[in-house]
Amino acid sequence: MTKEYKTITEVSGPLIFIEKTEPVGFGELVNINLPDGTTKRGQVLDTSAESVVVQVFEGTGGLNDESGVVFTGETIKLSVAKDMLGRILSGAGEPLDGGPRIVPDDRIDVNGASMNPYSRMPPEDFIQTGISTIDGTNTLVRGQKLPIFSGAGLPHNEIALQIARQAKVLGSDEPFAVVFAAMGITNEEAQYFMEDFEKTGALERAVVFLNLADDPAVERLITPRMALTAAEYLAYEHDMHVLVILTDITNYCEALRQMGAAREEVPGRRGYPGYMYTDLASLYERAGVIKGKKGSVTQFSILTMPGDDITHPIPDLSGYITEGQIVVSRELHMKGIYPPINVLPSLSRLMNSGIGEGKTRDDHKAVSDQMYALYAEGRDMRGLVAIVGKDALSERDQKVLEFADLFEDRFVRQSRDEDRHIIDDTLRIAWDILSELPESQLARIDNQFIEKYHPAHKAKSE
Amino acid sequence: MEVKGEIYRVAGPVVTITGIKPRMYDVVKVGHEGLMGEVIRIKGDKATVQVYEDTSGIKPGEPVENTGMSLSVELGPGLLKSIYDGIQRPLKVLQEKMGDFIERGVTANGLDRDRKWEFKPTVSSGDSVKGGEVIGVVQETMKIEHKIMVPPNVSGTVADIKSGEFTVEETVCVLEDGTELQMMQKWSVRSPRPVAKKLMPSKPLITGQRILDGLFPVAKGGTAAIPGPFGSGKTVTQQQLAKWSDTDIVVYIGCGERGNEMADVLNEFPELEDPKTGRPLMERTVLIANTSNMPVAAREASVYTGITIAEYYRDMGYDVSLMADSTSRWAESMREISSRLEEMPGEEGYPAYLSARLSEFYERAGAVHSLAGFDGSITVIGAVSPPGGDFSEPVTQNTLRIVKVFWALDAKLSQRRHFPSINWLTSYSLYTQGLADWFTENVAPDWIDLRDNAMDLLQQESELQEIVQLVGSDALPEDQQLTLEIARMVREYFLQQNAFHPVDTFCPFDKQYKLLKAISRYGEMANAALESGVPMGDIIAVESKDELAKVKFEEDFESALNTVMTKMDEEFAKLGGK
Repeated sequence: MTKEYKTITEVSGPLIFIEKTEPVGFGELVNINLPDGTTKRGQVLDTSAESVVVQVFEGTGGLNDESGVVFTGETIKLSVAKDMLGRILSGAGEPLDGGPRIVPDDRIDVNGASMNPYSRMPPEDFIQTGISTIDGTNTLVRGQKLPIFSGAGLPHNEIALQIARQAKVLGSDEPFAVVFAAMGITNEEAQYFMEDFEKTGALERAVVFLNLADDPAVERLITPRMALTAAEYLAYEHDMHVLVILTDITNYCEALRQMGAAREEVPGRRGYPGYMYTDLASLYERAGVIKGKKGSVTQFSILTMPGDDITHPIPDLSGYITEGQIVVSRELHMKGIYPPINVLPSLSRLMNSGIGEGKTRDDHKAVSDQMYALYAEGRDMRGLVAIVGKDALSERDQKVLEFADLFEDRFVRQSRDEDRHIIDDTLRIAWDILSELPESQLARIDNQFIEKYHPAHKAKSE
Repeated sequence: MEVKGEIYRVAGPVVTITGIKPRMYDVVKVGHEGLMGEVIRIKGDKATVQVYEDTSGIKPGEPVENTGMSLSVELGPGLLKSIYDGIQRPLKVLQEKMGDFIERGVTANGLDRDRKWEFKPTVSSGDSVKGGEVIGVVQETMKIEHKIMVPPNVSGTVADIKSGEFTVEETVCVLEDGTELQMMQKWSVRSPRPVAKKLMPSKPLITGQRILDGLFPVAKGGTAAIPGPFGSGKTVTQQQLAKWSDTDIVVYIGCGERGNEMADVLNEFPELEDPKTGRPLMERTVLIANTSNMPVAAREASVYTGITIAEYYRDMGYDVSLMADSTSRWAESMREISSRLEEMPGEEGYPAYLSARLSEFYERAGAVHSLAGFDGSITVIGAVSPPGGDFSEPVTQNTLRIVKVFWALDAKLSQRRHFPSINWLTSYSLYTQGLADWFTENVAPDWIDLRDNAMDLLQQESELQEIVQLVGSDALPEDQQLTLEIARMVREYFLQQNAFHPVDTFCPFDKQYKLLKAISRYGEMANAALESGVPMGDIIAVESKDELAKVKFEEDFESALNTVMTKMDEEFAKLGGK
């Protein structure tokens, strides 16, 4: 028997305060019945013997002290089933595609439990995305969380979609699914994703959660948790390899800040709550591989850096949790290079465990390091050239300068539907451009690899 | 006697209770599921508790029970090789009890209650023993003899002492006043274990990492901080230290870090060999893993759990090193709890007591003379993760005021793939003077000079680089170009070290010395040649110089180096000049 309380004493922003209730559990889901017959949902934030604070997901518009509050006695749960694949759901898990409600196999608490580090398998399966700057120099592996750090107006959505289309583990056709969660993105952007999913047939193996820009901000705090719960269910109950795309983390953090302010919390850096690290960790850390289970959860989130500032709290805290980042650069975008990924600040922490002999190729790490070092030097050289002119450079330095251009033009640049193979394309191009330099400058590559893979040597032996 | 109270209010991990009168820092069991929590504030008839587990669904009115004990760890044989969460629950036991995800409300003992250990007494009936003294030994692992000590607050005359196989809970010794002693003792994590005397650190911690040992050494019993932005190699450096440092015991605390990274440590450590003993590294290691998504209050406790275990082994006379990765996450957990308590914030929302807590923690490091009369030490190495890589933030600044060694990681260097990416210009060690005697005696009489020269070269290089940025390197006089070249050799041949290369990952002191000596030898010959009129281009084109780059990777370093150096002598002889 659920009681309806009509004891709302205060409505403040997204929060309502209710008095004289029976004991209410922390984090409980709440239904609020408005006088006009509509129902809103909320969650308990603070509960004591005297009063209960509820945060309302759909906004508090139209609420008054005549509204009735019903505590459901359970925390927020998502109904999950294998049939979720191919469905489009709202940010709160309700069907949006006109289809029937999901017949649940199970109902799972969306907050999830933390994975025992002892049960984790270190991720090591190479995922080929077909994009050279990722496969070649910032390799993604199964179970990793690797966000795209981007900026307003940059083609991060195209990159994410290209990855969703092309990602595969070489020589394996294990079941694969995409869980897509939109948090506060515009209707237009959402359409763009949906059309692409439909066009390529990806929707059949995708679960989509949509919280759009005009949906309540509070709901955004639940959307990624819903998505990750669905992903974990598909991965660990149905042995699927799930790629989770969360976009946009920045909108999520804005919602977090908005809630913090409404609760009159002491703000941390730039007004974001002090617990933002822990909160983000509770999302990102839900990627991984479990010993003895077949499926995996890989996260590829999109984050737009306010003002392209990588030290802004959102990218900064994310960078401390995720296993690297792919940085999209405005400078490369302006030059007309797609995908405009700047490899220098980009990083994949799990790269070393996903590459090498038996996974990609034995020379992979050396080639990648060599390109990094030369490209970094080449870019510095550009600064120097601006001051002293090209003629002042030594012959070697001019070669390095040319390498930086070649690298951007041949290695970084590729077309939107170009699915490059790691060995046949990415590493081949890498060797092609490295061979423009004298062999003695390839100090980071072992002689044995030079003899084996350098085009000049290969040509001789063939 | 059991007194029950009830929950008054729940707001995330902070729970207010009423009906019982706990002492500050008492551990209480909250709710029907008995979630563990610690009292952090008392006001009137209410007490505030930080709960170590998720509180979803917990209601006001649920029962609360006071255990009457403060947060403690279990100390005794069986600590080594263990992998714990922040409140000393073995992760393996948790997995057996609850599966792959950590559910709440499960308790697990820090030490295995069923395992029997061979106890050999070292005292006999009638001997008088004081707190901290040894009554017997247990061979805990092949190389570590675990000394069973009288708890620090107990003393008396031995009435009965046993010998043979016992579990940690069985009584092995009875004192005349009737006190029964077991192999296991409990100690409250928030209070340091007492020592007879603190000593000045006088020996270096040898890590096998050239830039650390060579340029910025830390003493055994010292404190060091590694701050750096994300992606600059903090964790790799910490792990290298945990793997290779020449201490008897290593306590590694993964505090609020990545799960996959911890999984890597958990997988890798049992397979690694200790270079000194040839035994698995795990046999000297205690791992504490509280990843970023595990409860925040347990993260706050994890560093205390770690350092208490470290102190216990120090008391037995062992050299212990403790790595905390990362102390920023620890500070953030304090901030988070403080903000839930609605305390007045200090800088950037951190509590005003941040600095006090940090210094209390680092003060638990040190070289000591223990109550039992042994010399032991704890070296604390804390990683710091400054937001945005900005070293002026409160955690970095408060840490720097306390620690004696500063290894500054630099994102620029890691982008150039210069590893370990420790900046040689901004890092420092205050132990170089104190350890000078040890180096002169144990490494080589000219080691200090070699090191100072190398530092000097690097300093000159950075000044010259500024000019090069403006006018290009060709505009420099030849001797300065040579300086740049030698500095580059120091950077690339000596400072760069590949943690993933089987040979280069660990570099003994002798090899460090010879390597630096060889670079310095080149410098001398090159300068001499330049003075006697040999063209700069020829000096730089010496083949053996480039070959020197690769000797550090050679299995047989000595002979490779000799070959290169002989060749170098010949080449310089051919160049002519004097």
